[in-house]
Amino acid sequence: MKKVMIGNHAVSWGVLRSRVEVISAYPITPQTQIVEALSDMVADGSLPAQYIKVESEHSAMAACIGASIAGTRTFTATSAQGLALMHEMLHWAAGGRLPVVMADVNRAMAPGWTIWTDQNDSLSQRDTGWIQLYCETNQEVFDTTVQAFKLAEAVNLPVMLVLDAFFLSHTSEPVDVTEQEDVDRFLPRREATFKMDTSDPHAFGALVRPDAYTEMRWHQQEAMREARDVFREVEDEWEAITGRRYGAVEAYRADDADLLLVTSGTITSTARHVVDQRRAAGEKLGLVKVKMFRPFPTDELRGLLGGVNRVAVLDRNVSPGRGGIFAEEIRAALYDVPPDDRPILFGYVLGLGGRDVTPAVINDIIDNTRSKASPEREDLWVGVEL
Amino acid sequence: MSQTIIKQHIPREELLASGHLACPGCAAPIAMNLVLKALGPETMVVLPACCWSIIAGPWPQSSLRVPLFHTAFETGAAVASGIKAGLASRGDTKTTVISWAGDGGTFDIGLQALSGAAERNEDIIYFCYDNEAYMNTGIQRSSATPWGAWTTTTPTRDPEHHPKKDIMAIMAAHRIPYAATASVAYPVDLVEKVKKARTIRGTRFIHILAPCPPGWKTQNDETIELARMAVERRVFPLMEVENGGTWRFTVDHPGGSIEEYIRKQARFKHLTDDQVGLIQEQVDARWEILSNRVLHGT
Repeated sequence: MKKVMIGNHAVSWGVLRSRVEVISAYPITPQTQIVEALSDMVADGSLPAQYIKVESEHSAMAACIGASIAGTRTFTATSAQGLALMHEMLHWAAGGRLPVVMADVNRAMAPGWTIWTDQNDSLSQRDTGWIQLYCETNQEVFDTTVQAFKLAEAVNLPVMLVLDAFFLSHTSEPVDVTEQEDVDRFLPRREATFKMDTSDPHAFGALVRPDAYTEMRWHQQEAMREARDVFREVEDEWEAITGRRYGAVEAYRADDADLLLVTSGTITSTARHVVDQRRAAGEKLGLVKVKMFRPFPTDELRGLLGGVNRVAVLDRNVSPGRGGIFAEEIRAALYDVPPDDRPILFGYVLGLGGRDVTPAVINDIIDNTRSKASPEREDLWVGVEL
Repeated sequence: MSQTIIKQHIPREELLASGHLACPGCAAPIAMNLVLKALGPETMVVLPACCWSIIAGPWPQSSLRVPLFHTAFETGAAVASGIKAGLASRGDTKTTVISWAGDGGTFDIGLQALSGAAERNEDIIYFCYDNEAYMNTGIQRSSATPWGAWTTTTPTRDPEHHPKKDIMAIMAAHRIPYAATASVAYPVDLVEKVKKARTIRGTRFIHILAPCPPGWKTQNDETIELARMAVERRVFPLMEVENGGTWRFTVDHPGGSIEEYIRKQARFKHLTDDQVGLIQEQVDARWEILSNRVLHGT
């Protein structure tokens, strides 16, 4: 069934098709339409879920954690300040190995107040133990929402699917909504590997001494490693049903390229357009889209970027005191590439707080990357007017 | 109270195991034991950070024979709401879900989530065992700490100078179907309240005073005596509030001087007789307010 819908509603439809059992959420722009649509779906009976309208995002995540340890499929959505408020409980969900799924509509952090997009909200949660999947189109948003539950429940880790504020959340695109019976085949009802059960009582999350804490984190890390393979299997299965797959990393016209752009989110679509134009003019230019940020697709990126002359990473985020966060992670991943194969990496910081990243901006970045022997600094800020 | 009455009212089944890690003389495990006896095995416990995070035992052990979920300090009511919703979504409406929090997790950091759950009238029972300070972190004042008390953050040269927050009035203002105070010195009254709460749907709140020998600087064998004195001398009256409007005392409160109650607790030893008199005035004034609530339902 094809429908034209905004990205936020692509999430809601994914949640509906996934037969989520408990939703708990708190309003925040630009996420709110996700939970508004879910309220309608619950109210009209099309989604027979419990919906807890909590008094804060912190409680939203806490309630999802409760519903998840009760053995059910749970969902919430948030943005920016709301995600930051949840931070403590993001650790609790991940450390407790609970497969909560959340949509984060990327919104820049205040102050000053902003509702527009950048990735600093989700990337600030990098070390909480959540799988993070960044989306480029509304179709990908719908598909990733359904896949997120399958992945989360297979490895007992929470999944955050991430979409850009406004460029996706409020922009209408055609979305092929997979039929319910097909989704049901792909994603049966959750059977929890452990849960609160009065006939088999256990304590969860108790005080753990130094002799066992490290092992718990080890198991969490192993689950993250496993998630890379499981995500491939999830995509295989989804592709068999829908014909669509995205990959943890996607190489676009990357063969024989001497310069590769690295992008995530909606900047990718603009960059594809620029790559097509310059390829038509004979330039050996390609693109690598990073969808999966945690677990980090280290091997795939080494394979794609190793041996290429130059790499330009476009970061719609910044770690103050360092630079773009994808660039930083990719530099670390490339350290183990043999020195002769190591590309010269240009890390661009751009598009913060929703500033538009146009084809002209990306063209300037490409020209700059080709014209310099090496970057002047590790964080190259684009379009700063002082 | 006769043994016969206790036997009639208090189930024999033990859902709290021996070997828990409470300090000697602690009222908190006594309270938990009585509550679980009243609720029975079809119960799930949510435990935000508090002394009970330790008392329940370290991984992989548990001193409870019912499912237990440890959670962050301010999330007791929200996690319990989530568990209840999860159970309901799978058709289980009979399991009792409780949150078991200390005074810090209730009066202070957990109040927002508790207010949210109460306003939504979540079908949970929220217990606050109140030892009148952050005892697990080493006796720091909370908004449940009484006026004049020493704690490690209210030293004797500048003791607590705010009266205890009126949590019952706050919960009553949410118009929840049932709120009550209870005491480990009145086990039959406590158990009857919990049994009654179990039969009611919606948010239920039960506030239990829990004397703490290390925090109150009292003898280990004085816990029950102090808990009883607090009720008799009207420092901690036992009552019920239904639907936020109907207030009722559930035992006799003969009253009398609080001096003995105060002087048994070395956390008050720096207070002059005049200052003890001020506490007496506060207790008398609050008793007036409560008596009016009982009389007039406001």
